[in-house]
Amino acid sequence: MKTSQRNGIRDTVNALDASRLSRRTVMKWFAAATGAANLPDLGPGVFAASSSVTAPPTTHGYGTDPDVSGYYKPGDFWPLTLTAAQRETAISLADVILPADHLGPAASDVRVTDFLDEWLSAPYPAQQKDRTVIMPGLQWLEEESQRRFQTPFKSLGKDQQRVICDDICWPADAAARFKKAAEFFVRFRTLAASAYYSTEAGWKALGYVGNVAMTSFDGPPPEVLTKLGIEQTVK
Amino acid sequence: MPIITGSKSDAEYDVVIVGSGAGGGQMAYTLTLAGLKCVMLEAGRAYNPDVETSMFQRPDQTPLLGVATPDKQMGFTDATIDGGWEVPGEPYTQASTKPEEHFWWWRPRMLGGRTNHWGRISLRNGPYDFKPRSRDGFGFDWPIRYADLDPYYTRVEMLIGVYGSNEGLENTPNSPPGVLLPPPKGRAAELYLQKHAKKLGIPVISIHRAVLTRPLDADTIPARLHPGNPWAQRIVADSMRRRAACFWATDCHRGCNIRANYQSTTVHLPPALETGNLEIVPNAHAREVTLGRDGKANGVLYIDKKTGQEARVKGKVVVLAASSGESVRILLNSKSAQFPRGLANHSGLVGKYIMDSVGASVSGQIPALENLPPHNEDGAGGPHLYIPWWLYREQLGGKFNFARGYHVEFGGSRGMPGGRSPLPDDLARGTYGTKYKEEARRFFGSQVGYTCRGEMIPNENSFAELDPQVKDRWGIPVLRWHWRWSDQELNMVDHATKTFAAMIGAMGGKVRSRQDRSSRDAIEPGGKVIHEVGGALMGADARNSVCNGWSQTWDVKNLFLSDAAPFPSNSDKNPTLTIMALAWRTADYIVEQARKGNL
Repeated sequence: MKTSQRNGIRDTVNALDASRLSRRTVMKWFAAATGAANLPDLGPGVFAASSSVTAPPTTHGYGTDPDVSGYYKPGDFWPLTLTAAQRETAISLADVILPADHLGPAASDVRVTDFLDEWLSAPYPAQQKDRTVIMPGLQWLEEESQRRFQTPFKSLGKDQQRVICDDICWPADAAARFKKAAEFFVRFRTLAASAYYSTEAGWKALGYVGNVAMTSFDGPPPEVLTKLGIEQTVK
Repeated sequence: MPIITGSKSDAEYDVVIVGSGAGGGQMAYTLTLAGLKCVMLEAGRAYNPDVETSMFQRPDQTPLLGVATPDKQMGFTDATIDGGWEVPGEPYTQASTKPEEHFWWWRPRMLGGRTNHWGRISLRNGPYDFKPRSRDGFGFDWPIRYADLDPYYTRVEMLIGVYGSNEGLENTPNSPPGVLLPPPKGRAAELYLQKHAKKLGIPVISIHRAVLTRPLDADTIPARLHPGNPWAQRIVADSMRRRAACFWATDCHRGCNIRANYQSTTVHLPPALETGNLEIVPNAHAREVTLGRDGKANGVLYIDKKTGQEARVKGKVVVLAASSGESVRILLNSKSAQFPRGLANHSGLVGKYIMDSVGASVSGQIPALENLPPHNEDGAGGPHLYIPWWLYREQLGGKFNFARGYHVEFGGSRGMPGGRSPLPDDLARGTYGTKYKEEARRFFGSQVGYTCRGEMIPNENSFAELDPQVKDRWGIPVLRWHWRWSDQELNMVDHATKTFAAMIGAMGGKVRSRQDRSSRDAIEPGGKVIHEVGGALMGADARNSVCNGWSQTWDVKNLFLSDAAPFPSNSDKNPTLTIMALAWRTADYIVEQARKGNL
């Protein structure tokens, strides 16, 4: 198992991806040391930022025997480290990606930035690797905003924010000078969406209606069976 | 949990059991209810699922949205304590520098072991699975037949509660009428696959899992399990009444504080403790089995992890149920003048023929499943349907380049999101804003994944031995692993991944995972499926096996194995149910032999 592996699987889709991730990650954990020498080459400019931007936190994790029956919030296990300026940039970008609309509230309304801060401040290798992508990316976004509009990203109009985002929203389509920024954007989008869709409001936006105790499990309702042209075969 | 104090450690128990998981739990249950005094050593800490389980916590209520970290390697809410692929201070080593020859060893350090987090898939071996060599010429036959274990499968199913259906398919045994609990209804993606897999001749049926879809019948089952023993019946009935039926929420990997699924800590150990015949010593890292001058095992030396001191328990019988790897480590470290190569190892076969399940996966996306009306598909906290191996006849007819089968486990439900984006980058592409949120909703529940669980044929290149140099933090030599898949497994993976792509195609979907991988890249590393079996094989002849059909070692008659170490083969069926059935049968044998004075 475990896969996961491992044993039976609750949701193979998740398990498959988790297993890929964990294999890679565990290989990395097995490697003797992490540190600046092992960080990916981020290329020129801000993405080759000094260690003051990407320096990993020196705190400890939650250990191998945390109380898993508890309810936690960002900051409970290690201090949050984003500066006020970094948080403002992150909130603005997260709200561009996950705005308030007919599907639910904006990212900032469900504290997505707190989860990003917890993530980027975490003492574990996978999260520290993200830190080396996200922190320079936030700085690049501010510099790009100043360069084009002489205005902080948070103060840009929606159209101005989109002008920048459209240049960096998909690495395969991005111009050469935007490749690193595009890698940042896609990773940031994934992290923001991971947090957003972990919340009650995110579940509603997605159409997930579980995690409630029920007295029976009746399977898909008739309209789902009809739409798919299937029958409930388990009687 | 009761803990032995220094003054009691001089006591001699009837049986010393090393390990508290499926095998140790079943052993303790059966022996204590038969009146034997047992002591159980557990390498990890005591654990109480009633108060330590994460049940309804959302990912945003856990650190890092609950994702896996080096501290919690299957995620924050997973019911594994102090364990994982690595256990601090308790290393293991690899004989080869090549990653494909490495063995991944999952070890929890907690009461109940892996049973706390396992997937609860509980499939019986079929008749072919006990005589594989007779059928196709590969590997080893078991010295027992399906008929020997059939009644014990039934007892275990009645005790732990297993849902499923009887389909009468080849080598996929039915349970007696009334034993299985009702199977849960199929989910949308499961039923959609069932319909379209028919075109490919692939059967999709209810899986068997150890989850209560209704309360166990505490008024009648105990009398069937323990006829003529009203004391045992009362204890078991009380324990059964403390278990609630599944409330159709939360993932079984978290464990279950309403005891709706099986874990040793909620099903086996509570009644065993209630008898007053069981003492549990947590934090006891077994070092070796000790041998008396009469050539019989007389106890176990262990390290008390709290103090680092060596301690000893004495018993008339010793049962190792520590997992294949750990039981091998203990046997090989138990050296004496009579057994210079390790205890019960006159054959030289202790540690040989370790097996795992063959794993490989393919993911896809099914347009028909997009934008379905929201509905709750949490279900029983794991799969409801699966594909049993369906090509026995074609295989026996020489149609394939691999000799054994695989079953298929799958996902693709509208399960709880969180921890990772529900919209993967390859589906999202350059979207953001409301469009991104619409795409996430559109694709939710339309992503499917299929994974094979196949039978590995035991081979000479996959085994464990003591590392000549490396020791754990207490100075005990650790295991060094050797691993190699054969063409049998690689060819199976090739068949499985092509079949999964065909299934996705039959549903009008697209394969999402890479299709240009060789089977060597697609196969999970050895150990990764956590179905480690073998290492002390049972057989009909002392010259070429470690124990007999009762899991009793040939060389030391009061030494038994009740984990998966005696498995001569590792059928595609997940090993846990067979571990329990064998353990119950071995326990009955121990009771009978003890009564006759033969041990």
